[in-house]
Amino acid sequence: MTTMDPTATRTRARTRTTGTGRTGTPKTELRNAGYTGLGIVFLAVMLFPVYWMVNASLQPSGNTLTAGFFPWNPSFDGYARAIAEQGPNLLTSLAVSLGTVVFSLAVAAPAAYALAQFRYKWVNLALLAILVSQMIPGIVIANALYTAYNDLGLLNSIPGLILADSTHAIPFVILIMRAFMTGIPTSIVEAARVDGAGLVRSFVSIVLPISRNSLITAGLFAFLFSWSDFLFALTLTTTDEVRPVTLGIYQYLGTQVSNWSAVMATAVLSSLPAIALLILAQKYIAAGATGGAVK
Amino acid sequence: MNRTQDVQGTTAEGGVGVHPERPGVAEGAAAREPGATNAVAPRGRKVTREAVTRLLFVAPAGLFLVLFFGYPVVKNITMSLQDYTTKTFFTGEAPWVGLANYATVVNSNLFGPAMVNTALFTIGSIAGQFVIGLALACFFRRRFPLSNFLRAMLLLPWLLPLIVSSATWRSILDQDSGILNQFLTSLGIISQPVPWLTSPTVALIAVVMVNIWVGIPFNVTIIYGGLQDIPDELYEAAALDGATGWRAFRHITWPNLQPVVSVVLVLGVVYTIKVLDIILGLTNGGPANATQTLSIRSYQESFTNFEFGVGAAFSNILILISLVFAVIYLRANRRAVDE
Repeated sequence: MTTMDPTATRTRARTRTTGTGRTGTPKTELRNAGYTGLGIVFLAVMLFPVYWMVNASLQPSGNTLTAGFFPWNPSFDGYARAIAEQGPNLLTSLAVSLGTVVFSLAVAAPAAYALAQFRYKWVNLALLAILVSQMIPGIVIANALYTAYNDLGLLNSIPGLILADSTHAIPFVILIMRAFMTGIPTSIVEAARVDGAGLVRSFVSIVLPISRNSLITAGLFAFLFSWSDFLFALTLTTTDEVRPVTLGIYQYLGTQVSNWSAVMATAVLSSLPAIALLILAQKYIAAGATGGAVK
Repeated sequence: MNRTQDVQGTTAEGGVGVHPERPGVAEGAAAREPGATNAVAPRGRKVTREAVTRLLFVAPAGLFLVLFFGYPVVKNITMSLQDYTTKTFFTGEAPWVGLANYATVVNSNLFGPAMVNTALFTIGSIAGQFVIGLALACFFRRRFPLSNFLRAMLLLPWLLPLIVSSATWRSILDQDSGILNQFLTSLGIISQPVPWLTSPTVALIAVVMVNIWVGIPFNVTIIYGGLQDIPDELYEAAALDGATGWRAFRHITWPNLQPVVSVVLVLGVVYTIKVLDIILGLTNGGPANATQTLSIRSYQESFTNFEFGVGAAFSNILILISLVFAVIYLRANRRAVDE
């Protein structure tokens, strides 16, 4: 699988669209409108659960699910309760996710550059190891980390969760950034080295700025992976001091759900990063999805 | 890390002039190596420093992979051969028991059902995701207004936290007041509300359904990428011969998509076989163990029963199965690259 440079993809897509437009006759235009309509229907079916989550979150609170198709009289009781009960957990999730972004970019970006440009003999072997590491079931890591964290006192700690969540992010970040960095012409870095810049300085002041797009894509996905993590939240915390919001939702679910609007309001709040990034940073998300497409 | 050895291993490459020695290289090395004091070093020494700096680019990531992927795999193997329970955390003792944990696993009542459920869950999920994903990818290959935007929005189910999806689907699938039963009843498709998540006979189907929904965006994205690589000329030539629609799909799309298909299927298996979040959120392995899979077993043995040895044995079986598919994946991927 190869990473596509977002800009290149966009340009290609644009040329194609204009290409169709030029040959467009009224008949093909009508047909295209039909396709757009059909596409909207498909999307609506796929995203119906998301709509339903928002709808249910705005229903008057109670233990029943009797919800109309549209929240004509929206009630924000669910949100009030969600923020009161899950507010600290949302902040924990935010801290862990931001920590994961910083840590995994700091560890993975230099490695990606090295694997892209340093021509070590063992590059392919390293890439293979990274691919295989992504296939290791999370429960295997959780089993071992629980016992190790227990000895090291890292259970119920934000650094412990950041390190564990980085297992979702680091292999992905290395692969996606390396795919981009292999395209950087060596001459650019060479020129800086001639001017006296060291390896580290040329990486920080030349390679990283050039790789800005892939850095953003990698960072966004690292955030989403960590924000979505449930397994490590479930296994590596035992008290409610440090509790990511995914675990908060799980505990709401329990065996019997007593307050659906609070559950759904928490679900909506936990979905906000994904929804916001998909709308505001679509270019980067699309690039990450095609390039890494692994989770 | 044995630095001396690493340096020796790479000095030759560092010196061949890919990045010829420059004044100021030592500066970068010194920034990372405060311990090194002899800044005015003979030429050979500087080459070594450059190599050390280079290694420091990969060392943290290498260390992380070893500690957070290598160590857990090894630890799971040793744990599965030990009597590793809650007591171990107090006494620090975990007696070696040989293959006793594996015997416990294989003889447990839940082993058979867990294997069958894992297979059904994986096959059902992959089949559904792939067929729907392929259909949608082919649909979005036609360029029409908003097609790129709509396809991008389709990614949403994949980006949501799985536990959020589980919670949402639990409300949709609720037997008495869930919207799915209301909808199906109003259409007259069912006369009785279906106990989606509470009946042992349909729970697995419901869980598979939700997992299909989660996996569709991934399949669409990869297959769409594969479709983009099939040259338009092929379709134009086929159209001249009268092959359009279904025939174009059978004779051009499908054969040309083979490498991508094998990659998406094998990756799908590797990622589906270890799914835990969705099942825990929807059914917790129930009702009456109807949705027990290998990863649920591993989780519950370790973190509900605190039988870490047995849990590790279950997860090693999981790793073994993943490994088989990982090898298939790597072969398929290599073929895809070659072609």
